[in-house]
Amino acid sequence: MDKDLYRRPDGATHPANLSPEYKSTPGRAPRQPAIVLPHTLSEITGPLLETERLDALENDLTRQRSGEPLGERIVVHGRVLDENGKAIPRAIVEIWQCNAAGRYHHPGDQHDAPLDPNFYGGGRVRADGDGRYQFITIKPGAYPWKNHHNAWRPAHIHFSLFGPAFATRLITQMYFPQDPLLAFDPIYNSVPAGARERLQAAFDMESTRPEWALAYRFDIVLRGRNATPMEN
Amino acid sequence: MPQLTPSQTIGPFYWGTVVKAYRADLAPPGVSGERIEVALVLHDAQGAIVPDGLFEIWQANSHGRYNHPDDRRNLPLDAGFEGYGRASTDTDGCSRFATVKPGRVPWPQGGMQAPHINISIFARGLLNRVATRLYFDGDPANAEDPVLKMVDPARRPTLLARKDGKGAWRLPIHLGGANETVFFDI
Ligand SMILES: [Fe+2]
Repeated sequence: MDKDLYRRPDGATHPANLSPEYKSTPGRAPRQPAIVLPHTLSEITGPLLETERLDALENDLTRQRSGEPLGERIVVHGRVLDENGKAIPRAIVEIWQCNAAGRYHHPGDQHDAPLDPNFYGGGRVRADGDGRYQFITIKPGAYPWKNHHNAWRPAHIHFSLFGPAFATRLITQMYFPQDPLLAFDPIYNSVPAGARERLQAAFDMESTRPEWALAYRFDIVLRGRNATPMEN
Repeated sequence: MPQLTPSQTIGPFYWGTVVKAYRADLAPPGVSGERIEVALVLHDAQGAIVPDGLFEIWQANSHGRYNHPDDRRNLPLDAGFEGYGRASTDTDGCSRFATVKPGRVPWPQGGMQAPHINISIFARGLLNRVATRLYFDGDPANAEDPVLKMVDPARRPTLLARKDGKGAWRLPIHLGGANETVFFDI
């Protein structure tokens, strides 16, 4: 498969679809092996969303409502790269998260924690020419999720990226460093050891804003092209 | 070199936040080609419908051209047609897309693929995006499609959308169970 345009992930990066500790997987994870598809135009092209119009305030989740949300204000920033270290310019980064109390602005979230009328929890931004992106938000809370007795999700922010091709699509979650709940979370731990640590943002003292906000850095790495791309 | 970021589930609570980027109507007036409506219905391994899933589709235009710089063939692009759609499943597990039937695109080793729509599926309980393709039942090009030929003939029908009225196509997708859909590692 070394003729494929995009490198195939090794077996030690992504979680197994069937990860029984995460109780929703047995009923939804495909059991038949996926058929390996050679990369054709269908896989090496994908939505670039170049005409998608983003509002300037979409990357500031603290200014989307009439007032300021409660919680610890943070800057979340980083770069969108490929495995060859090349920036993915102008990539759209989408995020969603719960509020500081651990409650999503979503009708399906019945967690007994307050909604914040000033926090919606969704954001988008287009990375710059060097793949740099930045969000202003508040630190999400932990929340219980009934997967097992006393199950709590560690604080996390959901991330969605397209990259340059159908093959590079990625949805993931960013976690906070040294969160004691990480050790108990079946979703985080579904990722092989040695790779799951990449989902932890780094505390970034240099990017903190004095008297205003702490900062975390989270670089996202999408699939890179093989050295010898296929012809045509 | 930087290392690949691992995948995680979309979870149940994406709705309302990524919703503003939903695109269920891919083909504004003036886009050339045969107008079709595609209904994708998501089922779990027990056959129950999945009401909290998200479908994304990606397709060529009616001329078989992808709106992307890596498709360098000299074929027409349609203004306003990107070929990308996204819609969450409803309470019946269904996502509907209004689009045009894609044209054929080449196979790298020669020959042409049959018209198809590339599909990504996300849901709570899916730790990775799962990918499949929709083909059109009865299309004569299916007989020579190199991807369909890679699939066990007994399972090929899981990739074939059935006609469901004029211009309407329907494809049930089963994440598991006896009718598990064929998924692709891309
Ligand atoms: Fe979450």
